[in-house]
Amino acid sequence: MSAHRLAPPSAILRHAVLLITGALILIPFVWMVSLSIKPPGEIFRASFSFWPEQFYGIENYTKALTNSPLPRYMLNGVIVCAMILALQIIVCAPAAYALAKLDFPGRNLLFAMVLIALILPHEVLSLPLFVLGYQVGILNTYAALIFPYVVSPFGIFLFRQFFKTIPDDVIHAARLDGLSELAIVWRIMVPMALPAIIAFGIFSIVSHWNSLFWPLIAVRDQSLMPPPLGIMVFKNGEAGNDYGPLMAASTLVVAPLIIAFLSAQRWFVEGLTGGAVK
Amino acid sequence: MLAAGSLAGPAFLLLIVLFFLPVFAVFAIALTDWQFGASSLSFVGLANFREVFADESFRASLVNTIVYVAIVVPGTIVLGLAIALLIESGKSFRAFYRAIHFLPYMATLTAMAIAWEALLHPTIGLVNQTLAGLDLPTANWLRDENTVLPVLAVIGIWQNLGFAMVLFLAGLKSIPQDLYDAADIDGADVWLDRLRTVTLPMLGPVTMFVFIVVALKAFETFDTVQVLTQGGPGHASEMLLYTLYRESFEYLRTGYGASVAAVFLLIVVALTLIQARVLDKKVHYQ
Amino acid sequence: MAAITIEKIEKSFGATPVLRDVSLDIADGEFVTLLGPSGCGKSTLLRILAGLEVQTGGSIAIGERVVDGVRPKRRDVAMVFQSYALYPHMTVQENMAVPLRMRRLSSIQRLPLIGRFLPGTKAVGAEIEKDVMRTAKALGIGHLLGRKPGQLSGGQRQRVAVGRAMVRQPAVFLMDEPLSNLDAKLRVQMRAEIKELHDRLGVTFVYVTHDQSEAMTMSDRVAVMLDGELLQVASPREIYADPDDRRVAEFIGSPKINMLEARVRDNGLAEIAGTSFAIPGDITPGISLALGIRPEAFHLVEAGGDNILTGAVRMIEHMGSDLYVHLAVPGTEHPVIARLLAERAPQIASGQTLHLGVKPERLLLFAADGHRLRPHDHASATVLRMKERVQ
Repeated sequence: MSAHRLAPPSAILRHAVLLITGALILIPFVWMVSLSIKPPGEIFRASFSFWPEQFYGIENYTKALTNSPLPRYMLNGVIVCAMILALQIIVCAPAAYALAKLDFPGRNLLFAMVLIALILPHEVLSLPLFVLGYQVGILNTYAALIFPYVVSPFGIFLFRQFFKTIPDDVIHAARLDGLSELAIVWRIMVPMALPAIIAFGIFSIVSHWNSLFWPLIAVRDQSLMPPPLGIMVFKNGEAGNDYGPLMAASTLVVAPLIIAFLSAQRWFVEGLTGGAVK
Repeated sequence: MLAAGSLAGPAFLLLIVLFFLPVFAVFAIALTDWQFGASSLSFVGLANFREVFADESFRASLVNTIVYVAIVVPGTIVLGLAIALLIESGKSFRAFYRAIHFLPYMATLTAMAIAWEALLHPTIGLVNQTLAGLDLPTANWLRDENTVLPVLAVIGIWQNLGFAMVLFLAGLKSIPQDLYDAADIDGADVWLDRLRTVTLPMLGPVTMFVFIVVALKAFETFDTVQVLTQGGPGHASEMLLYTLYRESFEYLRTGYGASVAAVFLLIVVALTLIQARVLDKKVHYQ
Repeated sequence: MAAITIEKIEKSFGATPVLRDVSLDIADGEFVTLLGPSGCGKSTLLRILAGLEVQTGGSIAIGERVVDGVRPKRRDVAMVFQSYALYPHMTVQENMAVPLRMRRLSSIQRLPLIGRFLPGTKAVGAEIEKDVMRTAKALGIGHLLGRKPGQLSGGQRQRVAVGRAMVRQPAVFLMDEPLSNLDAKLRVQMRAEIKELHDRLGVTFVYVTHDQSEAMTMSDRVAVMLDGELLQVASPREIYADPDDRRVAEFIGSPKINMLEARVRDNGLAEIAGTSFAIPGDITPGISLALGIRPEAFHLVEAGGDNILTGAVRMIEHMGSDLYVHLAVPGTEHPVIARLLAERAPQIASGQTLHLGVKPERLLLFAADGHRLRPHDHASATVLRMKERVQ
């Protein structure tokens, strides 16, 4: 590449363009944080300044945390994401192992089902899933938020791809050592596929932490709402035009993932792009 | 074989219950007069579909969705590719630029939509303030039926371009240096020639993948509509998934909702078939 | 036409030097191979020749022209890559046309859509097509023109890569391990084809490989490189039989040359493992040297004595026409390997004691620093005279 390293003027241009596009990308974040520390008076007195004349952050964030059950929303988000992820791994890892390493009648059918399910937009199936939840009698519970997602076609697919790269000899050795097939999944395959598990974990957590559509259908009680639904209710309710606390709440909802992302960028990129990026 | 059955069995059953039976049910409901809670039903053929397609709000929703996808997909691909090329063209600050541009893709869209609403606020929003400061015309972006859909599309591009960028970056990295060397020797050694001889053709498969993923995601746009516009003003920002939600769960028009879902599914299937049959052959060089 | 002068080339990546003071003159029409183990800098030197890499110091001239800082396009060189580097999205025909299009069409004529309607584009295009066809026919790939690289076998891709290089008739061919991705049988066949191609085109070839049999069979001259240095440039025969440097002797030849550490005694004989060897010339007593003996230089003798190595047979390798016998000679570090005729096999058993004789003129002497000591060599004679004076 040495012959094509950019000459200084184009290097400067590169930085200039990327800094501008980067700044444009960041504006919503910056504006959100900026409004979250401004008093109402300053918000409505249109101004360009990022930093408030009167720091009102404490009031806004206190209001966000006390006027709405925001901590409860966040807790719900954590519970739901954790449960979904745990169940997904429990269901998907053994199936992926069977698909990758075992020969059984119906294997191709199962894999075809995984591939088809992979492209089905889950939201579109919400009506039958809602009916199913109603029949089982679990609507408006944590279970309602969780059950549509306990099997993840993407998880099966990703794990299968990874398991396939593990040499058969490892499994043969494990069988000779007397491990059961289930033990092979949990004590050999999953630990060896840890990168794939982490990538999938990030994908799962980010999707479900951010998800609005299904929670909107599945629960009515505020005490069960995950963050996006909670914040929407907060906005539609008393906070309506009280931008300061609303932005504070938004910031708090977005912050955990952003912080996690900035501290583990590579893993996030890998997880959220479907392992297509190595 | 017993082992395989017990390992794959749960996933198999759950896939059927949570994916395949619902697909079947969507079409079944769409072809009957079943209402949520009713104990009987009868076959009504395509009556629900006739009703749906006769409905102005659904037609608006379908057209809006297609327009939205037609803006978001090319916008995302072109911008994502341009930024990826820019980042890759130098060595410094790569991770930094990548992180910044990727940020919206993982930020909670519901919360960010609220931030966008503040930005687009007709009087105190930064957008109108800036435009006014430059003596340019301002608008009530989310309440004007001419601007609302493009504005939502801009938010869609803003959210997805990081995803495209990251995939293009990976694609760029996987182009063998030998090909650039060969291009140098062959005389394709200025920027545009290298781009056309090596870079763009080699990104074909990645572009296809990005196209499908972003198109599917754009079709499923919901959060911004729900939070920002509720389909309005009029039907100017109705989109399929929002229509599906409102008809099924707010108006409880079960048959109508199922028909919308069925149309939606057909679009997705068509899109995937196009990818598999036509374009795939042209971009994978076998 | 295109002789190449490489003068004092230095190259380092950061602080790591990869080429040190490499100078080499290549005659017009010559086939020169850069031979060395991986990491010796041979590919870097080739890439500097091509203009893909810029040297840290020194100068390169192709033909009469100094090409330092000249872009690859303007150097009149073509290159065949190890990976072939064919454009996977283009047919064979399009692949081979690229170098011609880039040279014969202006950048405006190459524009998509518009370009083809500009005056001249069509005529030049037809010309290009004709040239591609001619080259393809010459290489026997005329029937593949419509296919894409993904549909070709390794050998066919190799030919297309050669074709893309050949089609614009460059003054110099550069080849970077072009055969190493082929299976053994095809490699031997392509070796002959490339040699033939060189004879037919009569232009300068610079060929990089780590495979000594390729280097020995194809080249007019072989340039042996190690650790960024050029050790010796000579004909294949000389490189093998008359190496300048211990490292060259050790790199070339399979099985490897036997190196026996020896000390020259008062009587002018060298002592190895308790036996005396008469060494050619008059080398000063007291100095240490290494005796290099090619495995095939040994012959079986009946009994031990001077000029004879005696040891127990450790291992016998039957190679068909030959027999490699590994002998444990007391007092030497490594087993001595002798290459004997296969018909000797019935007489030799593992554990048996063998006596190996060697003619004095087949001994290669190396000084402690690795330089070859030639009895009549002026330089070593000087060394010897100096030693005499010291005593």
